[in-house]
Formats: sequence, structure tokens, C-alpha cells
Amino acid sequence: MLNSAINVLFEGRNMYRLIEGLLVTLKIGFIAVVITIVAGFVIGIIRTSKNKMVQLPFRIYLELFRIIPILVWLFVIYYIVPANFELSLSSETVALIVFSLWGTAEMSDIVRGAVISLPKHQLESSKALGLSIVQMYQYVLIPQAIKRVIPPMINLITRMVKTTALLTMIGVVEVIKVGQQIIEVNNSHYPTIAFWVYGLLFFLYFCICFPLSQLSRKLEQKWAV
Amino acid sequence: MSGSDPILQVKKLIKTFGKKVVLNGIDLDVHKGKVIAILGPSGCGKSTFLRCLNGLEDVQGGDILLENKSLVNKATNWRLVRQRIGMVFQSYDLFPNLTVIENILLSPLKVQKRNRQEAENQALELLERVGLKDRADDYPRQLSGGQKQRIAIIRALCMNPEIMLFDEVTASLDPEMVREVLEVIAHLANQGMTMLIVTHEMNFARLVADEVVFMEQGSIVERTPAEQFFTKPNTERAQQFLNILQF
Repeated sequence: MLNSAINVLFEGRNMYRLIEGLLVTLKIGFIAVVITIVAGFVIGIIRTSKNKMVQLPFRIYLELFRIIPILVWLFVIYYIVPANFELSLSSETVALIVFSLWGTAEMSDIVRGAVISLPKHQLESSKALGLSIVQMYQYVLIPQAIKRVIPPMINLITRMVKTTALLTMIGVVEVIKVGQQIIEVNNSHYPTIAFWVYGLLFFLYFCICFPLSQLSRKLEQKWAV
Repeated sequence: MSGSDPILQVKKLIKTFGKKVVLNGIDLDVHKGKVIAILGPSGCGKSTFLRCLNGLEDVQGGDILLENKSLVNKATNWRLVRQRIGMVFQSYDLFPNLTVIENILLSPLKVQKRNRQEAENQALELLERVGLKDRADDYPRQLSGGQKQRIAIIRALCMNPEIMLFDEVTASLDPEMVREVLEVIAHLANQGMTMLIVTHEMNFARLVADEVVFMEQGSIVERTPAEQFFTKPNTERAQQFLNILQF
């Protein structure tokens, strides 16, 4: 029984559909990560401003995404926003919006933290050399901050990939959803199918996230400040 | 005193941090080519004073005039002023992400938009003068504290400033490295660079400075020709200060 259930994975289009689901996961993850990195950098740098009126709105934004679970955000945007604003958003679009907003908030905090942790005299000596604010960030602060940004950024990416698992809750047909469908169809004939499907999912997530977390650890050691 | 107008004039300069008065009405004229050592107990405001001259601190009163032009107003373009008034700090402030030559050329190329070949020639010539030409492509982490500080000086010089400010540049160096840095500054003094030097190296101040400005609690207590200051200062307070330092 246990052994025959594994064959279900290779029956018909099952494996193809699982891979397809995985690609949906990766596509959403990838696009959200690209937006996160770009927008997170920009907002992170803006947030290094000492001006309280600049800091405050971004601070509220960040805290909203820290305090409220991502699942709640997904539901809010998926169910409530379209109902009230006559907007029709596909579940994948909602997923992208929420993940990009969340990732950007976290990323901006990483970037801000990295920039303000740089020694103050780096900033002062660039000023004393007549550099403009833009030049100071471009040639001095950002290149130095990047080393401090990348390891936590990779951790964030790993978290984002893992969190895509929640997208099944708003009906995105990603890898977990496909897995659940396969289980539902085959459960009566092959009660152990759940074991194999989730085992495969376990393996797939591991294959994506493990190299990332290793990379992050390696870089952290290499660039230890 | 030369007859010409001073290159830098400070008038009744006031600097406060909240309620704390750090500079309480500083008056100082600096003539071209003069070297002024600013001495005083720690916390007397001498570093803050230098930082005000470079626009790193805003001031609450008084005026700073560079060649008779006031710097204490909103219209001042400090980026231009800073190219004329170079500053070197206590901390080794080279940019660790850039090589020695990139550190030196950053401002000449990006701020002053000079020709690379010409700026590079000047940088290499300056490096050669301090015996570090072979380190041009090294990163700051590969250098000793003394070497880094010499390069920080060159980096400021490569903008061709008219005045140099030195803020305790040897204070965080190992003792055996102090000399190599002071020699560079002494050489500049011989070449006629106008300099304001905050230092704790009394023998050095005596050697290179034309005049000593002695500060305490945000005010200038006395201003005396260097040799006279160290042999017979005008004020009791300066004498006490010198006595403490004579071990």
C-alpha cells in the first residue's frame, strides 16, 4: 500500500501539475522579491532621514505589516477591498500586492538598519570632502551597507518563499493547493498518498530554501563586521 | 601680523547644544599661511569650533567670514566651502569600500569634476611624498593607523584646499605612528599651508605653530605666539594647563 501510493505522484499529469504549482509559487515569490528589493532599498534610504514627519508614515506602515498576520492581510485585500471598491483582483494579484508590501516593509527596515549602523564619521568625512547627499549614498554609504544588508535580505527571501504556502487560503493554485487536490482525489484508494505528497512538498521547499539559508550563513561569516 | 585681510575671520561665534553653551563668543582672525594650534582641556569646545568652520555644526550666533564673505547664512553652499577648507578627523575615516587611490580621487573626480589623468598625477605625487605610492591600490584595512591617517590627509589635500583643519588627528594612533603623521603636517606648514590644528601633542604644536590659541569652557583664554606660550604664557590658566602636561 505504502509503496503503491508513491506511484500516484507519477500517474497522469500529477507530477506535471505539482511542478506547475511550484512554478506559480516561485513566480509570485520571484516578482515579489524583485519589487521588495528595489522598493525596500528606496524606502529604507528615505527612512534614514532624521525628519520625524518623514519617519512616521513609514514607521506605521512597517508596524502594520509586522503586527498583523500576513494571512489577515491576504483576506483583507482579497475579500474586503474588492467588495467595497468594485475592484476585481485575481488571487495572484492580491498575493503579489500583499507580499510586495510586506517584503518592502521588512526590507526597508533591513536597509535602514544597515545604513544607520555605519560609523558616523563615514558620513562626516564624506561631507567634509564636499560630496552631495546623493554622492554620499552612492559612493560611500550604500556600498558599505550592502554587506550588512545581504545576509538578512536572503533570510527575508527565504521567509517569503515559505510564506507563499498561505496563498492556498485565497485560492491561488500553487504547489500546496495542487498537492491537496491530488490527495483529495486519491485518498480513498491510497490512504497513504498524503504522506507522499507532503513528503514531496517538504523536499521541494527544502531544495529552495536550504541553499538560500546556507548562502546567507556563508556570507554572514565572510563579511562578519 | 601681515597687513592683508585675514583669509578666515570668526566673530563672536556662539554654538549651543540645547541649553549647553559650547562656544561662547569666539573671535579669531587667521592670516594666510599661518599655522594656529588650538589647545585646551578636553571638553573646552576646540573640536566643535573646527567643525563649525566646516559647516558640520550649525551655529547659533556670530559669523564666520572666508575671504570677507559670510558663511553663516542659508545661502552658503557648504559643498563649495568644504573644497576650500579641508578637514581631517581623529578617527581613521577612509572609506573601507574604496582603495587608497579611489579614496583620494573620489572628491576631485566626482565633486570637482576634474580630469582623471591630472587628478591622478597629483594624487600619486602626494602619495609619493608621504612614502605610500606603492599602497595606492590597497584597501584601507591593509594599512596601519598611521598610514591611513596620512592618506586621509592627502585625500583632503587633493582638493587643493586653501585652509586645512586637523581635529586631533593623532589622538587615536599608536604612539610609534604619531611621528609619521605629524611629519606630514609639519611639511605642509613649511610649504605655507594655512592650518588650524587641534592637538594634544605639545612639542609638535610648539614646533609647527606660529601661534597658540588656548581655549577653556567655550572661550578663547589667550592667543600668543607659540614660543612664548610654551615658555611664558600670558594667563595663569594656561600656565596651569602646561604644568599639568609636564610630567
